Amino acid sequence: MSVPQPEIAVAPAATANPLFPFVLQLADTSLILAHRLSEWCGHGPVLEQDLALANIALDLLGEARSYYQYAAELEGQGRTEDDLAYLRPAVEYRNPLLVEQPNGDFAHTIVRQFLFDNFHYQLLKGLKEGPDARLASIAEKSLKEATYHLKWSSEWMIRLGDGTAESRQRLDKAIAKLWRFAGELTTPTTTETQLQELGLVPDYAALLPAMQAHLAHVLAEATVPEPATPFAQLGGKSGRHSEHLGYLLTELQYMQRTYPGLTW
Amino acid sequence: MNNSEWPLWEVFIRSKQGLDHKHVGSLHAADAAMAVQNARDVYTRRLEGVSIWVVESKHIHASNPDEAAEFFDPAADKVYRHPTFYDVPDSIKHM
Repeated sequence: MSVPQPEIAVAPAATANPLFPFVLQLADTSLILAHRLSEWCGHGPVLEQDLALANIALDLLGEARSYYQYAAELEGQGRTEDDLAYLRPAVEYRNPLLVEQPNGDFAHTIVRQFLFDNFHYQLLKGLKEGPDARLASIAEKSLKEATYHLKWSSEWMIRLGDGTAESRQRLDKAIAKLWRFAGELTTPTTTETQLQELGLVPDYAALLPAMQAHLAHVLAEATVPEPATPFAQLGGKSGRHSEHLGYLLTELQYMQRTYPGLTW
Repeated sequence: MNNSEWPLWEVFIRSKQGLDHKHVGSLHAADAAMAVQNARDVYTRRLEGVSIWVVESKHIHASNPDEAAEFFDPAADKVYRHPTFYDVPDSIKHM
C-alpha cells in the first residue's frame, strides 16, 4: 500500500538538523488547514459555527507560527517564519494532501477536520512526551486546543451521520471522497522514519490503535458503517501536491509576493 | 440547514470562581450539548469565563413590563431595606 516515493529535493537542499524538514512539515500542515478553515469566515452555515471554524483556524495558525519560528532557528540560514510561510513554492510545501483539499460543503469540512484531528491529537500527545524540549512545549500548548477540535469534529460527525437523510447523504459523499487521504497522515516518509528511529518522532504505528478506537466509537455513534480502508493517496509530505495547493498559496502568499517585505 | 429550526438558548457565564453566572447573550443550537459548545465558541473566546450555563429561552418566564409600576415602584421609598447601614470591611470583595 505504501510504495516508497522519491522525495523532491528541498531548496536550500542541505540542512544539518534532521528535525528541520519535520518541523517544517508540521508548520505547513497547520498553516494550510488554518487557511482552508479561514475561508469559511463569513460563510459558515450558522453564526455559531462560523465562529467555531474561525476559532479552530486561529488555533492552528498559532501552532503553525510556533513551528515556523522553530524551523527557522533549526535551519539557521537567516530565513524567518514569514519567509518560510510566504516565499516557498508549492513543491516545497510538506503538508499531507488531506489538509489542502477544498472545503466543499460543511460535511466535507467536518470529515477532513475529523480525520486530521484524530491524528493530530495523538501525535501531539506523543510529541509532548518526546525528547525535544521545544517540540514538547509547543505540543503541550497545542494539545489543549486539539482536544477541543477533536471533540467538536467528532460531535459533528455524529450529528451529520445520525441526523437527517440529507446530512447523512452529504456525510457519506464526503467520506467517499476524503477517506483515501487519511492513510498519508500515518505513513512515514523517509525523513519521518529516520526521526522515529532516533526517537524524536512518535512511532505512527503505535498511535494507530487509539486512533482506530476513537474512529470506531464515533462512527458507531454516527450509525455509519466503517468504510473499507482505501488505497492511501500519498504525496503531499514529499512535495507532490494536488492542483488545489497552488491556488491556495496564490491567495495565501499574494501580499508578500506583490509587495515584498511588506509589514503592518 | 435552516437556522430557524434550532431553538434559542440563553447563555450565562461565570467569569471566575466565586462569582455568579451572568447572562451574556443568546444563541441557536439543536440541543443542550451543542448550546454549551456554541457558547464556548461564541462567548468565551477572550477568556471571559470558567463556567457556562445554558437554558432554553422558552423556559424563562419574564415579568410583564405593563406591570412594572406595581411590581417595582413600591420599593423606591423603602431605603431601610438596603443593608447600607453597615460598614463593609475593605477586604470583602464583590459585595
